[in-house]
Amino acid sequence: MNDANTGSVTPATPGVLLVLAHPALERSRANRALAKAAKGLSGVTFKDLYETYPDFVVDIETEQATLVAHDVVALQFPLFWYATPALMKEWLDLVWLHGFAYGEGGEALKGKRLFVACTTGASAKAYHAHGYNRFSMDEFLRPLEQTAHLCGMEWETPFVVHGASVKDDAALKAEAERYKARVASLLPSPIVRTEA
Amino acid sequence: MENFLTQTLVYLGAAVISVPIAKRLGLGSVLGYLIAGVVIGPFALGLVGEQADVMKFAEFGVVILLFLIGLEVQPSMLWDMRKAIFGLGGAQVLGTAGAIAGASLALGLPWQTALAVGLVLAMSSTAIVLQTLDEKGLRQGPVGRAAFGVLLLQDLAVIPMFALLPLLATGAPGHAEAGGGHGGGSLVAHLPIWAQTLSVFAAVAGVIGGGRYLVRPVFRFIAKARLREIFVAAALLIVVAVASLMQIVGLSPALGAFLAGVVLAESEFRRELESDIEPFRGLLLGLFFITVGAGVNLPLVASQPLTLAGIVIGLMVLKFLVMYGIARLFGAQKRGAMAVATALAQGGEFAFVLLSFTVGAGVIGVQLAALLTAAVAVSMALTPVAMILYERIAALMDAAIPDVVPETGDFDEGEPDIIIAGFGRFGQIAGRMLTANGFKSTILDSDIEQIELLRRFGRRVHYGDATRLDLLRAAGAERARMLIVALDDREKAVELVETAREAFPNLVILARAWDRRHAYDLLSNGADAVERETFESALALGATALQKLGFRAHRAHRAAAFFRRHDRRMFEELRPMWGQEEAYILASRDAAQTMDRLLDADLHRMRPGDAGGAWDTASLDEELRERAQQEGTN
Repeated sequence: MNDANTGSVTPATPGVLLVLAHPALERSRANRALAKAAKGLSGVTFKDLYETYPDFVVDIETEQATLVAHDVVALQFPLFWYATPALMKEWLDLVWLHGFAYGEGGEALKGKRLFVACTTGASAKAYHAHGYNRFSMDEFLRPLEQTAHLCGMEWETPFVVHGASVKDDAALKAEAERYKARVASLLPSPIVRTEA
Repeated sequence: MENFLTQTLVYLGAAVISVPIAKRLGLGSVLGYLIAGVVIGPFALGLVGEQADVMKFAEFGVVILLFLIGLEVQPSMLWDMRKAIFGLGGAQVLGTAGAIAGASLALGLPWQTALAVGLVLAMSSTAIVLQTLDEKGLRQGPVGRAAFGVLLLQDLAVIPMFALLPLLATGAPGHAEAGGGHGGGSLVAHLPIWAQTLSVFAAVAGVIGGGRYLVRPVFRFIAKARLREIFVAAALLIVVAVASLMQIVGLSPALGAFLAGVVLAESEFRRELESDIEPFRGLLLGLFFITVGAGVNLPLVASQPLTLAGIVIGLMVLKFLVMYGIARLFGAQKRGAMAVATALAQGGEFAFVLLSFTVGAGVIGVQLAALLTAAVAVSMALTPVAMILYERIAALMDAAIPDVVPETGDFDEGEPDIIIAGFGRFGQIAGRMLTANGFKSTILDSDIEQIELLRRFGRRVHYGDATRLDLLRAAGAERARMLIVALDDREKAVELVETAREAFPNLVILARAWDRRHAYDLLSNGADAVERETFESALALGATALQKLGFRAHRAHRAAAFFRRHDRRMFEELRPMWGQEEAYILASRDAAQTMDRLLDADLHRMRPGDAGGAWDTASLDEELRERAQQEGTN
């Protein structure tokens, strides 16, 4: 693990834990642009899962402690097969344990907020009862929504960028600004903005 | 001199002829020696007459035996097996001795003699029992562990018996001097009592202190010289020196040897000492058994066949019943209890030792001793028969009630799961990882400086050349699950793989290879799997290099994984070509090109800066772009 590249910043005050999962971030313009915009905010702790755990061996204790230290958990990822990338699922499976996140004695996340930011390749039209994906984004994100519910977390309206692979630079920049504002609005205390 | 040569000729000849025959017949080597002794003895062929001199020499075998038993007695193992040893074993010795003494008393023997007979006959035969259990595959189960515990206690009980038996002397023949070195020949006998006592304490302290602070540095010094025969000589020297010291202060040399063994049991030289001394033990004990056999008064025994049969049957039935009862009391199932009781129902080698000792000490008469010696020998011969009988009955019981013997951890023998040969930079990491995951390992290394260093870090490492089959065996290779070969010497590693594969077909052998060629050599000599020593670390360095050159961590990790997979495939594909230089070079060139192509393709698919949000599919991006265009035109 290369600590210098994990991009973790510990906030002075408990804020947003932004967890990014993209196995080939170097190829993703959209996710790079979004992450770059949001991780510059003070009060945001940024965690790039594929950079931190390239071998998929997740450090459960550290991850749990980090979760506890934040008020908002933000998950940013490209939608792969209507779900999170493999490592984010692994991270959820291993870290959000019974007795920690849910179930008897599992109240570590209770009262926190869960926010999902997701990019899709296909256009918004595809995510519709009459589109070729046949279901809405809300429906595809139900597993995460229910995860939040089971853990006693508040479910924030997700942030979705459709057609990420076909957007031009200007459009992406606009999305990034929109995303930055949205993440900033999640921060509990008066916002102090810093430029990335 | 001529006499000596003739005698040697007779003894060796008798052993060489009779022992293999006895083994073939399933009687075991001990009986082979006994029969050889009877045949050459004064009552049959009369080839050897005056045997007192040989007897003294032969009894050194007993001293060595006790030294080896001492080496096996580690405090930690005693603690692990405390229930089997002290509970079951103690109850067996006391119970059997009591029952036999009672029976002897009832037959009209004086109580001292009866007690001595009970103690002597309580012993079972370690060699026969372990061999029988091994043959039946019962050694590792609860039955085997229970039996082993009992045998170990019996071995230990011999020591107080040497001390106690002379006290039972009825004064009859009473030549304590003829005690074959046990107690005889004291040089301090003329000193006042306090000085004698002092000298005894000084001698014991000397043995303990010497074992701790003198012997180990000396062995280290010798080990560094790498002279095998001097190591053997030094090992023998210890035993002889301790035995002599004990004799001088009037203690039993066997007791002293045992003590020396215990002191050295925790040392790194334990396995090597065992392997070096073992052949002497075998030969000298064999000689001892021959002298015992020669001492059997054949006409006397032959004149009382019914008495002999009575003693044999009485002995085996009593021993069976007592052991069965005790095993049941300790919670064993019927079947397991029967198996243990049957296995232990014979008299043992130590009975011969103790009988000759008690005769010398004047506790048991010569005639009775001859009868008992014959009875013990016959009971040993009958053990395989008894085991067959037990199996018949057990089969019948199985048909009636399914009576399962539960596995309990109480009789844990502490056998290793894994033997690691070579505990240098490579073996250590593999070994640490396996230990951390709960596997027990025995470590062999021949670099004495390395061992010293590791010992300072609290690692248990044994000194020895792992390519030696006897040492591997002593390390537990017969029962271990895996051998990890991590010797620095490339040829030795191949040699070890070959030896171990041949001797222990069930052992999984993993070997560290120097390079690809060495890896092929190891595999063709029987290794189940190899790891090239620099391969994984080089991949890791390559991945780090890619990362430092700007690759993201996961991508660098994947690049290493790809490379590993392609290289492993190539390794397997080229294996059949190994040995044919030309074909190998051609094929490996071809394979290298294929690999370059594959890696190149992977590289371009993953090129940084490519447009697209999906993971691995440029074609999907293309399709999405087309779809977006269509939507835009609509």
